[in-house]
Amino acid sequence: MSKKEKHSEEESPEDSTLENLEIGNALYVTRLTAKFKQRKNWERPNLRMVLAVIPGTIQKIMVKEGEKVEAGTPMLILEAMKMRNEVLAPVEGVVRRIHVQEGEQVPKSHLLVELD
Amino acid sequence: MSSDKKVKELQQRRKEVQQGGGEKAIQKQVAMGKMTARERIIKLLDEGSFNEYDMFVEHEARDFGMEQKILHGDGVITGTGTLGGRPVCIFAQDFTVAGGSLGSMHARKITKIMDHSLKMRMPLIGINDSGGARIQEGVNSLAGYGEIFFRNTLASGVIPQISVILGPCAGGAVYSPALTDFVFVVDSISKMFITGPEVIKTVLGEDISMEELGGARVHSETTGNAHFFSESEDECFEQIKSLLSYLPWSNTDVPEPKKVVEPLSSYNISEIVPGDKRQPYDVRNVIKAVTDGSDFFEIQESWAANMVIGFGTMNGRTVGFVANQPLVLAGVLDVDSSDKAARFIRYCDAFNIPIVTFVDLPGYLPGVDQEHAGVIRHGAKVLYAYSEATVPKITVIIRKAYGGGYIAMNSRHLRADFVFAWPDAEVAVMGPEGAANIIFRREIAAAENPEEMRAQKVQEYKEKFANPYVAAAKGFIDSVIEPGETRKSLLHALEVSGDKSVGMPAKKHGIPPF
Repeated sequence: MSKKEKHSEEESPEDSTLENLEIGNALYVTRLTAKFKQRKNWERPNLRMVLAVIPGTIQKIMVKEGEKVEAGTPMLILEAMKMRNEVLAPVEGVVRRIHVQEGEQVPKSHLLVELD
Repeated sequence: MSSDKKVKELQQRRKEVQQGGGEKAIQKQVAMGKMTARERIIKLLDEGSFNEYDMFVEHEARDFGMEQKILHGDGVITGTGTLGGRPVCIFAQDFTVAGGSLGSMHARKITKIMDHSLKMRMPLIGINDSGGARIQEGVNSLAGYGEIFFRNTLASGVIPQISVILGPCAGGAVYSPALTDFVFVVDSISKMFITGPEVIKTVLGEDISMEELGGARVHSETTGNAHFFSESEDECFEQIKSLLSYLPWSNTDVPEPKKVVEPLSSYNISEIVPGDKRQPYDVRNVIKAVTDGSDFFEIQESWAANMVIGFGTMNGRTVGFVANQPLVLAGVLDVDSSDKAARFIRYCDAFNIPIVTFVDLPGYLPGVDQEHAGVIRHGAKVLYAYSEATVPKITVIIRKAYGGGYIAMNSRHLRADFVFAWPDAEVAVMGPEGAANIIFRREIAAAENPEEMRAQKVQEYKEKFANPYVAAAKGFIDSVIEPGETRKSLLHALEVSGDKSVGMPAKKHGIPPF
């Protein structure tokens, strides 16, 4: 972007901590915080990729690959915080792949089941 | 007159209690790089000023064999003393006695000294170093915490409350510091969290150390729970003394005046701020260019650094400073910086400390994460805090004051008493680049050379609106001043608003967006 290059020339070269931040169509020369740099870019959730909403243990898997599921069909049980949480199919579809095994510990946002 | 025998007995009893948890436990405390509770009190207060209360209190645990145990002072030392010659109440949990665990008598000692500080209108300093609730005392221990939290709330805005975290402070115990005004932490000594690493690992499988979860740096840089960070306990005590030198002893008291000295000549206010509004500078240098002796005592230095808050003195009197920091994130308002400023404004208002606000911001930080983190309700806190504050409120617009950010940063419309602007100031609904893109969208799109047309329109908009005179023509700005006139103007504004008196509609309390 030509605009960016133009402004970066104006930076004081002795301070390497300075970067550009665009606000209101203007580029500001400033320091970016660690929190700002580490922020996650938002992505539209894909309902066919079923993720763990909480870290926990896969207690039971009730569906098989290739099986047809309705929206609301219980697919597996994720035990977390001493609670047995049923993971339901969010939409109608066919189980393409199950990415976990019974007894497996999964972190938050871990891919559990892929639907077609 | 007491017999020698009785006096000897008293001396013997004192000596025993002063040993705390005994030699072995003290050695352990020292090995952790920590002072003992008694050493801390003595170090912090004026020499020889400490008067201990409730030295001979005994614990009330009657189960699990606890009735056989002697816990000196029940694990906490309480009393009064002076700091800089003025009286304070203090308690220090003694980790060498049953891990500083909180039982019912331990809590009662603390609440007694809290009641005293509120009644006598003097600051309360709490030194926290405790393993948490004393499990053997069950619900009595919980009751103790509740009684402390209730008093923290009661005293809030009446007397300064200071929490010093010099060891673990976990579980419910963290809520007393969180309810107080200022929290001090020391590197590698302070630990604060609601649920510890072990529970987190068992339940959630997340593997994290105590330091990474709730160490001093985390609370100074990430969570904003702590206000002051230091490398050692000694440094921490110096920070506490400095902070208290700016504060009144209660909401009906005034801070001790300090010596009036001119700002240091090394802070030349006319040379600090670059003319190009996209270029950064450190706004703390602007503050130091106007305060007595260029003194500025910053609060929460490493958290939400795009907003600067802290105390300084002008004409010897304490002033609270709030300033956008162009050096960090271009000085934008966001969730954390709004939260930081709003709480400080309410602190100043509660203790009758005038507020000086320096404005230089491009607006709010754009992003899904900000919107979803509730920047609306957090940003609203700043509007609420400024609107509600009845202390003298003075604003200096340095360069940019755009849109909602202009309104939020103590504008005339929120009842600023004085609004000054530098000649470079731009008060507008948005920056020239954004505004020209919207207003002249058609012309730019239809032009043979859109970039050229855009630049031309931005320039036109700049000349017409990017100045302080449009707002000054409406009386939204009282005076346009040269940078070199800032200290003089502020001193004058503070002087004439000394007897400010405004009423608010009668109500029980407002409903701030928190």
